[in-house]
Amino acid sequence: MPVIQAQNLTKKFGDFTAVDGISFEVAPGESFGLLGPNGAGKSTTMRMIGGTSLRTSGSLTVLGLDPEERGPEVRASLGVVPQQDSLDEELRARDNLIVYGRYFGLPRAYLETKADELLEFAQLTEKAKAKVNALSGGMKRRLTIARGLVNEPRILLLDEPTTGLDPQARHILWDRLFRLKEQGVTLVITTHFMDEAEQLCDRLVVIDHGKIVAEGSPQALIREYSTREVVEVRFGSARNAAMEAELRGMAERIEVLPDRILLYARDGEGLLEQISRRGLNPLTSLVRRSSLEDVFLRLTGRSLID
Amino acid sequence: MTDVRHEQPVVTFTGLDHAALAARTRRWGWLHYARYRQASEGPFLVTALMLAIGNPILYLAAMGLGLGSIVQADVSGVSYLHFVAPGLLVATVATTGAQFGTWPIFGGFKWIRNYLAAQATPLEPGQMAQGETLAIGVRLFVQAAIFWVIGLAFGAWPGGWSLLAIPIATVAALAMFTPLMAYSATLEEEGLHFNFVQRLIIMPMFLFAGTFFPLESMPIYLQWVGWVSPMWHGTQLARMASFGLAVPPWLVGVHVVFLLACIVGGQVWAHRTFTRRLVR
Ligand SMILES: Nc1ncnc2c1ncn2[C@@H]1O[C@H](COP(=O)(O)OP(=O)(O)OP(=O)(O)O)[C@@H](O)[C@H]1O
Ligand SMILES: [Mg+2]
Repeated sequence: MPVIQAQNLTKKFGDFTAVDGISFEVAPGESFGLLGPNGAGKSTTMRMIGGTSLRTSGSLTVLGLDPEERGPEVRASLGVVPQQDSLDEELRARDNLIVYGRYFGLPRAYLETKADELLEFAQLTEKAKAKVNALSGGMKRRLTIARGLVNEPRILLLDEPTTGLDPQARHILWDRLFRLKEQGVTLVITTHFMDEAEQLCDRLVVIDHGKIVAEGSPQALIREYSTREVVEVRFGSARNAAMEAELRGMAERIEVLPDRILLYARDGEGLLEQISRRGLNPLTSLVRRSSLEDVFLRLTGRSLID
Repeated sequence: MTDVRHEQPVVTFTGLDHAALAARTRRWGWLHYARYRQASEGPFLVTALMLAIGNPILYLAAMGLGLGSIVQADVSGVSYLHFVAPGLLVATVATTGAQFGTWPIFGGFKWIRNYLAAQATPLEPGQMAQGETLAIGVRLFVQAAIFWVIGLAFGAWPGGWSLLAIPIATVAALAMFTPLMAYSATLEEEGLHFNFVQRLIIMPMFLFAGTFFPLESMPIYLQWVGWVSPMWHGTQLARMASFGLAVPPWLVGVHVVFLLACIVGGQVWAHRTFTRRLVR
């Protein structure tokens, strides 16, 4: 049985439709991604899962319960890492974990042990006694993530978890999330980093303007919506647009961005040779494998970070 | 060298009973929230204590002794100091209650985001509002008790019944607090709302609370301001307790009912505004 089941889930704010009839299921132990440009409706969907945003129509169950009616029961099993940190800046790092754990009705003795374990998880053991306002942005983020684990959640909702983390912290977090998954925790993740989505998500949906525009594993989406390879060429921002006409027809698909042109082809090197044989000398060129970024660009017409 | 950490689970899962946790929060969440509010006041404890001690000393010295030396005649049948002390106690504590109902609540949604944190847990918005009232109530009670103790040193209390002024002041303060808390939860932007509240609501309620002179000495067409002020109702009751101010029984009933109605009404309203603000 799926742990999350959404059917025609819709959320309107007045006349504006933020989430527009999306349907998806998340299996136990799965790592499920929500991708989409700013304002696509990802955070709103997350909030509906936690029962802190009321849906306008459609149905939604989390662990078999309707989060609107059984909010406390649903949230008792949920770990929430909101997009925007909500730590108490005046309290010490460790006290933030304990106070938050108290909201779940967790006993003090349990929390004393748990807080130390979670500080270790967030690599903040040395900062246990520091006030949150004395932590760096990335440290706060890590503390927020650790806090979401205080109740041993069955489902962990991560809304852009690694925003603000340095590359090393990001990789460590990926590793830890991966192992949480091995321990049976279901992950629901939104992110603007494709490498993160590719690393972490078994399956993902791409949302645009509140609608699901594609669904599948990262690999399947790349296969379906992109070519095997991509050639990136730059002619200088003034000439990029003019070169489009020249290049059209040489690749399966072409995408002109302000700073570069993307050419989609099965054989990237071959295409690049063809380009230089025509005497079109790009300032720089690069052949790479297709990534989710390309899928995203194709589906939403925007880059992931916009 | 091998990395030992890699073999350990990242977080231990002890098999918590989530359903039991949810049930416990449904039952006790308000108390858990009150505990947080108390913990969050921790860093400001010294400042709060200094104010709670300094305020009564200043007020009792200035009003009781200073103004009292000019007011030679008895007021309501007692010395001016005895008359003014219960009023000062209620007014100071109630003013603090009103302040707790404004910026700290607004800031909890806007800057400190403590309500948003709690919202991700099984706690429900109404329980947060209840927890606020409990924690603030305890806080105000302590402040009232400190005032009373300092009043002893000034000889401000004619008898032991004046002790009742402590819970009475707390109730009057909560009667200011809960409706303001409810209102503050509706504000999205700072703007001038609190200036307005401070100058056009709290200030008149204080000026017409009969703190420094009996409300009856005001022209009748102005007395209604006192009637809608929890501070006046609280002051009347505190004076009854302290020096036995004569109040007809029906009016005692009005004072008590008015204060309790403000608290309960404010709390019910806060339940709604907190829920509206947090669940949308
Ligand atoms: N409380 C609200 N009132 C009105 N509109 C809202 C509210 N919350 C969200 N919206 C609107 O709903 C849309 C979706 O917002 P949401 O926060 O879900 O986007 P998102 O996909 O998480 O975007 P981002 O990547 O920027 O975090 C946006 O257009 C936003 O302006
Ligand atoms: Mg978002």
